[in-house]
Amino acid sequence: MSDTRADTVSVVERTRPVAAGGPVVGLHFLGGTAAFVLGEEAVILTTPKGEPRRVTVHAGAILASATDGEILVTGGDDGKLVATDVSGAFEIRATDPKHRWIDHVALGPDGAVAWSAGKTAFVQGKERREFEAPSTVGGLAFLPKGFRLAIAHYNGATLWFPNAAGATPERLEWKGSHLGAIVSPDGRFLVTTMQEPMLHGWRLVDRQHMRMSGYAARVASLGWAAGGDWLATSGATQLILWPFGSKDGPMGKQPRLLAPSEHRIEVVACHPKQAIVAAGYGDGMVLLVRIEDGAEILAKRPGDAPVTALAWRADGLFLAWATDNGEAGVVDLT
Amino acid sequence: MASEAQEKAPEKVQDKVPVTVLTGYLGAGKTTLLNRILSEPHGKKYAVIVNEFGEIGIDNDLVVGADEEVFEMNNGCICCTVRGDLVRILDGLMRRKGKFDAIIVETTGLADPAPVAQTFFIDENVGRRTKLDAVVTVADAKWLTERLKDAPEAKNQIAFADVILINKTDLVSSKELDEVEARIRGINPYAKVHKTQRSQVPLDAVLGRNAFDLDRILDLEPDFLETGDHDHDHEHGHEHGHGQHHDHGHEHGHKHAHSHGGLKHYHDEDMQSIALKTDKPLDPDKFFPWVQDLVQKEGPSILRCKGILSFKNDDERFVFQGVHMILDGDHQRPWNKDEKRESRIVFIGRNLPGKKITEGFESCVA
Repeated sequence: MSDTRADTVSVVERTRPVAAGGPVVGLHFLGGTAAFVLGEEAVILTTPKGEPRRVTVHAGAILASATDGEILVTGGDDGKLVATDVSGAFEIRATDPKHRWIDHVALGPDGAVAWSAGKTAFVQGKERREFEAPSTVGGLAFLPKGFRLAIAHYNGATLWFPNAAGATPERLEWKGSHLGAIVSPDGRFLVTTMQEPMLHGWRLVDRQHMRMSGYAARVASLGWAAGGDWLATSGATQLILWPFGSKDGPMGKQPRLLAPSEHRIEVVACHPKQAIVAAGYGDGMVLLVRIEDGAEILAKRPGDAPVTALAWRADGLFLAWATDNGEAGVVDLT
Repeated sequence: MASEAQEKAPEKVQDKVPVTVLTGYLGAGKTTLLNRILSEPHGKKYAVIVNEFGEIGIDNDLVVGADEEVFEMNNGCICCTVRGDLVRILDGLMRRKGKFDAIIVETTGLADPAPVAQTFFIDENVGRRTKLDAVVTVADAKWLTERLKDAPEAKNQIAFADVILINKTDLVSSKELDEVEARIRGINPYAKVHKTQRSQVPLDAVLGRNAFDLDRILDLEPDFLETGDHDHDHEHGHEHGHGQHHDHGHEHGHKHAHSHGGLKHYHDEDMQSIALKTDKPLDPDKFFPWVQDLVQKEGPSILRCKGILSFKNDDERFVFQGVHMILDGDHQRPWNKDEKRESRIVFIGRNLPGKKITEGFESCVA
């Protein structure tokens, strides 16, 4: 097995390079436009064929980003929450009164935005609500139904109905530092990434715990593939896929392991329509991996820096990638 | 899942941003030292992480408030604690890499330095991009002796330190100063001690120390300074690093000659150091299981440890250091021809089982 994947089918030549101009920390598609979020100050917007435009949205580091496909929200160490649209127009949606860092952002139904600064989680729907977590917020995720937010923190997570004044938020306990949160598309499972190289999950109906461990590194990137049948994760030298297709989730089951390499997977992005995962490796390689049979297509050759961000256009016909040293590209799969 | 044999590329140490941790009991002079570091004309930029509820009045572009949130790792060891807020803040700061030369973390007076230090060893992202430079503790010459009696945090900060400033020396008599110094030495004979007024100290005495760098473990002699001599101790040749080869021999003569200028000896009731040595080569197959078992069992009591080891059939010095149960070690360099091949280890901790440690170490002889 060679890490250059010399014999692997390649779509590398269908790549259009994008000059990002700095390390990329987030990547999203707003409709047909790819938005490369830089570690500092700016977002680069480009259509697959158009000229990239740089929009300066923050006065310092950009710490978090999210999209609903229409707008991009970013949180910065300038204490600002900024929403940017596909035209590059942006507005400041919130400024932290104490100038705290905006550490996490999430987008929910009907344009609702959630963000956190330190221990405080905020939601802006029709009105702004805030929730004081027991410790610094590690991650935010909206549930697919109802206006409900999952908040990861130390020793567990909290499920909060921002509009249910007086209702006690539901606390899910598990010892340790929970750093990221993701809810399954059917709303049945909440999964958190932990400081330790493992995931923790809860089946929400009965709070059944799920521990998913065996990683070499902290899991920094994860996503639902094939409509929620699989949870694809970074953090190992193989693509780790946990089966969530049955009502028990991955309990008592082994994960599927695909696309082994000498290098760790740093970021994953699941194809929006098919059971295919794009995996970005520590050596800069990007592979498209078919879950069914593990078939691989090379989308980017290894390079000088780790892959830091990947995103699919909503129709699955374009894949954008970016690295830690500002290399970036859009691969045309039409 | 398959076991992952991770072959990490060797990290270039010089690419990592150094992080200095400033500790000290309330009112000892931490903020004065911090402002001194920031205001001197060194041409360097620092990012400063302060406690949100700490003292104010820091004049710097990059100041970040921290929450000092400590949590236990899920690895079965209660002493394996990490500062979660530091993981988050360092990750955010490193997005602005190039905007500053070094990072200074100021802790509250009640903070335990161990979780701060352990964060650098446990979190891979943090360890990949930053390195712990040293723990610097500012002690109040007038009040430290009292605090050592009633505040376990103050004792932890002294025991953990690589550099200690005995500050506000103008407020005590020379007899009181000797007393407080002897108390410090009774707990931690290995830290570099500086006597200061208004935290006035050469910056290279507190920054760029490389105290956690395995390459800089040169000797494990106690650091005694002559009473009344303020600047003496930062002039030792080896302290400025480089040229490991001639340093060692030179250093030995140097330190012994100075001895300790008539300091009283104190033994702290619960915090001590244990230093052991042998000129017989050690058996690595005995030593590693022993030391790992020791830190597993006694990790909560052991604050710091360091060692220089001579193994049988091995022409290289092996060095290690640890914080509670976390150990870090590597071959350092070949033994020099004129260098005495002996193994030395040092533990600083609370109520250490001295007999058990001594016997265990002796049983590791090849």
